[in-house]
Amino acid sequence: MFETLRQSLKIGVVTTSYPDTPAEVSRRARGKPEIDWANWRDARPAAAVCPTGAIECRDEAGTLAATRTATLDLGKCIFCGLCADVDPAIRMTPQCELAARSRQGLRHTAQYALNDNGTHQRLLATPPAAASAEALAAAGRELQTRIQSLLGRSLHIREVDAGSCNGCEVEIHGLNSPVYDLERFGIHFVASPRHADMLLVTGPVTRNMELALRKTYAATPDPRLVVAVGACGCSGGIFGVNYATRGAVDAVIPVDVYIPGCPPNPHALLHGILLAIGRLSPYASSPTAAPKSGRALFQNPAPPQD
Amino acid sequence: MNTTLEFALLANATSLPWTAIPAWPAADFVLATATELNRGARLCAWFGVPESAGTCLVAVLAFDADNTLAVGRSQPFTGAYPALTTIHPQAHLFEREVWEQHGLKPEGHPWLKPVRRANETGNAPANGEFFRVEGGEVHEVAVGPVHAGIIEPGHFRFQCAGEEVLHLEIALGYQHRGVEEALTGGPHLATMCQMETVAGDTTIAHATAHATILEALAGTEAPLRAQWLRAVALELERLANHTGDMGALAGDVAFLPTLSACGKIRGDFLNLTALICGNRFGRGLVRPGGCGRDLESERATQLNERLKSALADTQQALAWFWDAASVRARFELTGTVSHRQANEIGLVGPAARACGLVRDVRYDHPAGWHRFAQAPVAVWPGGDVFARAKVRALEIERSGEYLREQMAAPAEGELRSELAPPAPGTLAVALVEGWRGEVCHVALTNAAGRFRRYKIIDPSFHNWMGLALALRGTAISDFPICNKSFNLSYCGFDL
Repeated sequence: MFETLRQSLKIGVVTTSYPDTPAEVSRRARGKPEIDWANWRDARPAAAVCPTGAIECRDEAGTLAATRTATLDLGKCIFCGLCADVDPAIRMTPQCELAARSRQGLRHTAQYALNDNGTHQRLLATPPAAASAEALAAAGRELQTRIQSLLGRSLHIREVDAGSCNGCEVEIHGLNSPVYDLERFGIHFVASPRHADMLLVTGPVTRNMELALRKTYAATPDPRLVVAVGACGCSGGIFGVNYATRGAVDAVIPVDVYIPGCPPNPHALLHGILLAIGRLSPYASSPTAAPKSGRALFQNPAPPQD
Repeated sequence: MNTTLEFALLANATSLPWTAIPAWPAADFVLATATELNRGARLCAWFGVPESAGTCLVAVLAFDADNTLAVGRSQPFTGAYPALTTIHPQAHLFEREVWEQHGLKPEGHPWLKPVRRANETGNAPANGEFFRVEGGEVHEVAVGPVHAGIIEPGHFRFQCAGEEVLHLEIALGYQHRGVEEALTGGPHLATMCQMETVAGDTTIAHATAHATILEALAGTEAPLRAQWLRAVALELERLANHTGDMGALAGDVAFLPTLSACGKIRGDFLNLTALICGNRFGRGLVRPGGCGRDLESERATQLNERLKSALADTQQALAWFWDAASVRARFELTGTVSHRQANEIGLVGPAARACGLVRDVRYDHPAGWHRFAQAPVAVWPGGDVFARAKVRALEIERSGEYLREQMAAPAEGELRSELAPPAPGTLAVALVEGWRGEVCHVALTNAAGRFRRYKIIDPSFHNWMGLALALRGTAISDFPICNKSFNLSYCGFDL
């Protein structure tokens, strides 16, 4: 026993300093696909290979000229990289901190003038995600005030698997490992929704779990937060809506924060949870803002790690 | 009975024309299957294929000692047939599933109820009928679908006399996502990605099985380099999950040093898979006709170094665990499944090997890279939690050794080849030894070469009954460690 203690003490601290320092993710890790919106010439090849319909294009014959609306929906994206394989304007990045406070915040759209041969050119408009950032920030401040006044700095989470493949659960388990050590933030996983402030829900919500999810939500005392995890939780993901599933979590219960990914890695989960409780600046999730490092990310300093 | 008919033989990862599969009248087919099972065959798959106005029953059997598979079917029929379960209990869930999906009623089945209960009425799977023990001291405990831990949903119904569990019935189906139904008429654009999430922690095994099916239907196989890479990734998947399981077992008996260490090391193994293909679960690695990502020598060197230290860390964390008498005492003689029970219910994977059954697809039915490089089968008698933990520990060692050998002698060459379209009217079978055991995919194509029927059998489908038996006579407070010692998939079962 003493030998065991001696050896385990020798290992020392393995906990990551995220989010004080940026996430250490391998350069090869596949995260958000980055589209070169200004120089994108044709959305169709990428849309044709996308297995979840995360990349879509809609053409309209306008009165003056035909237009195309191209959309990248991170809530549907499973980061498979097939689009980047066929389209040089798309590049896979390791960026994983993508959580947003609204489903709309995960959709990126651009409008193009359509050419006769089906390609497109000339960016007409990119409704910038930053435009909604102000609204998001306002919503975020309100939520943050409400949560912090009620919960102080601790948070209790009940995880509900409403139909996932267990990939998200493996990563959520990772949050409890010494590497991510969620408890250093005063955040605990609890055994009952009665003890919870937040439901962390993975999907797609199956019809067989719909009732259980509704009951779990009802059993969680107000104020309660709901975080939808993974492509399946955000949008129904690779299975979508069929006879057996209802798809996205927000098809069944209201959702406060969406964490994309298939599955989201522990950094992405941590980012989403901290965003939900207002411990991160909402701007950090804005797709236009580069991920910042350092304590500036925090509106509150991190609790000391001792 | 027509005695001239015999099951058609085939090897793992090959195909044969649907017309070459012998067809018996239903009752004779059950007898013929029972005869083969009596001869030592094992039931890998038993499912229905709609044909004309009725349904054909199809059986895929494994003769492990002969390294061969056998396929037979019934003529299409409707209504009832004599249950195979009455002679061979390993068919019990298969026959319930066929009844639920096609309405063929196995006469004499001792416990005929739906398996997943596709939910039309808002009725949860747990609202069905359960076996009940009556008596003054007897009480019933219902657990789930939402559990106390971070795990998938399922419902457990215990019949207890005080602490002692007399009977456990497990009702699943909560994770039913319509996986097999989505495959009909496929392969579709989303199919390969869906196969990677049949059971998200078993991505490589299910993806390899599916890719192998498409390759068998095209009458070819993946290039050697891809077979090698798939074998490497399969062992990394086993290492990550077994290490996580050992940590979870330690956690359940409150032995925290190993729990903490394994939590970190599992992440290390997942990161090694990410090093190969950019995703911690191996999404995007296995593709029909080969692999989607390669491992260049520079990263292979990095992988070797990190693997070495992760394996050393695992050995140290496990040594702490085995050294602690308090851990061993909790595991020994807890949740025992006998060798005979394991055989009768058709256990697979580490759960079977922990009952002393020598049963491992990598060894018994080698396909792909495992034809050239096999790992010894890790077996331990006893059938208790200790044995299941021991088999995992042995497999961690063997997988580590296997990876060292394979990384030292990589196959070179092409990573991916163009696949011909699937042959029409053909049945293909692929078995892969995932970390939980035998992953079985069976596909039948129609005249256009599209999937007419696609059957997936996750190892958990065979093994959930093992957990139920392990609980008999055990204290209900031992349920968590018994459950962890099996660590079965809910979504792989529910599909």
